[in-house]
Amino acid sequence: MKDLLAALRKDLLLQWRGRAQVIAIFAFGAAALLLFSFAIGPDSAALREHAAGFLWLGLLLASTLALAESFEREMEEQALEGLLLLPASTRGLYYGKAIANWAHLALLGIALVPVMVVLYDAATLRLVSLLGVILLGTAGLSAPGTLYAAMTSQTRARQTLLPLLLFPLVVPVLLAAVKATSLLILGDPMGQLRPWTTLLAAFAVIHWSIGGLLFGRVVED
Amino acid sequence: MRQSPTGPKVLVALGVALLLAGSWWGLTKAPGEVYMGEVQRIMYVHVPTAWNAMLALTFAFVCALCFLLTNAWKWDSRLEAGMEMGVVLSLLLCTQGSIWAKPTWGVWWDWDPRLTTTAVMVFAFGGILALRAFVDDPARRAVWSAVACIVAFVDVPIVYFSVKWWNSLHQAQSTPQTVSSAFHWPLRINAFGILFLWTGLVGLRSRVAALRLRSELGPPLPDAKPSVTGGSRIAGSAS
Repeated sequence: MKDLLAALRKDLLLQWRGRAQVIAIFAFGAAALLLFSFAIGPDSAALREHAAGFLWLGLLLASTLALAESFEREMEEQALEGLLLLPASTRGLYYGKAIANWAHLALLGIALVPVMVVLYDAATLRLVSLLGVILLGTAGLSAPGTLYAAMTSQTRARQTLLPLLLFPLVVPVLLAAVKATSLLILGDPMGQLRPWTTLLAAFAVIHWSIGGLLFGRVVED
Repeated sequence: MRQSPTGPKVLVALGVALLLAGSWWGLTKAPGEVYMGEVQRIMYVHVPTAWNAMLALTFAFVCALCFLLTNAWKWDSRLEAGMEMGVVLSLLLCTQGSIWAKPTWGVWWDWDPRLTTTAVMVFAFGGILALRAFVDDPARRAVWSAVACIVAFVDVPIVYFSVKWWNSLHQAQSTPQTVSSAFHWPLRINAFGILFLWTGLVGLRSRVAALRLRSELGPPLPDAKPSVTGGSRIAGSAS
């Protein structure tokens, strides 16, 4: 637990010091949201209907940058090897980094919501529920994303491999988060929000567990 | 070790023979289906392919678990062979499904749970094969692909259920219980044909993978199972 807090503190501090990168990733996500609207055309009804999908696609695309970046730093000067030499558990390192990535992605998601509202006229008053959906969805992205970023950051062709491995895996997150966000924006007369958030939570619980179990093997050598 | 073993070759030959026999039976002897007519005959390869694709990926998953538990290289070779086979069979499954869907549903693709899950599986496990291609260190390649295989395999049911909730249109699954008894034999024969074919190919392919590992780890290779952590050290000492 102490290892986890130390790793979390280190990663959050690094993110804070490198906030120019955080802002650049947000700008990338916002630019993606802008471009999606060109694919649909200036049909405001259609844009509003697809707003949730665009938000999560933008977040997913931006998340690969954020996740890759979190391990890019560890590769410089062989920082990861230095970390592994410390008398700290690899599980603590994993959860520290995964929670830091979760915070980063959640922040990114929250920051992209106003962009979505402005561009697509997709406002919702259920802000607490929306925050919950973003937190659950980004939790589902960050656990497998951190695990895979640890592997791909050490390979050739890392920019291609991370999305290639991560995107098929997080299909359930994308489906459920888009559905849940859509229900919040367009209204939820049938009360369908609960099953989708349950799915997001289940996905997150499963992947946070296996990520912690397997991360030690990924970084050992 | 130089001579390739005969066991897998026999399996492949047997598989091809059974597949030919089952397909001939399915195409000529078995009656056409009432509603779908001749198009339905693709079921004789489609349904057995589906069973075997799942089986091959399950085999790869078991190999991944065994590798992480024992660190024996043979499981890495089998994992590579099993995963390649699973991806090939899943790809075939998507192709056959599309060929069947066009005349039946009028579209090549539909977002039904099993079709979508199969496509996701192709990308998930195909991505792991790409990962293997981009990692030069055999020890890392083995551990990482085993880890990724376990994560992807655990993910498959979640993908299936999420897509199922999202949208559904596919026919009920075809098993010998749900189809008329006239269709049983070609289905069963083809199922075993494909089973023998892929297990034989996995036998041959895993031998190729094992030979490549031998050359990568460098001589002198101890006959005893080297541990994964020792793998890179062996390679280093050879130079």
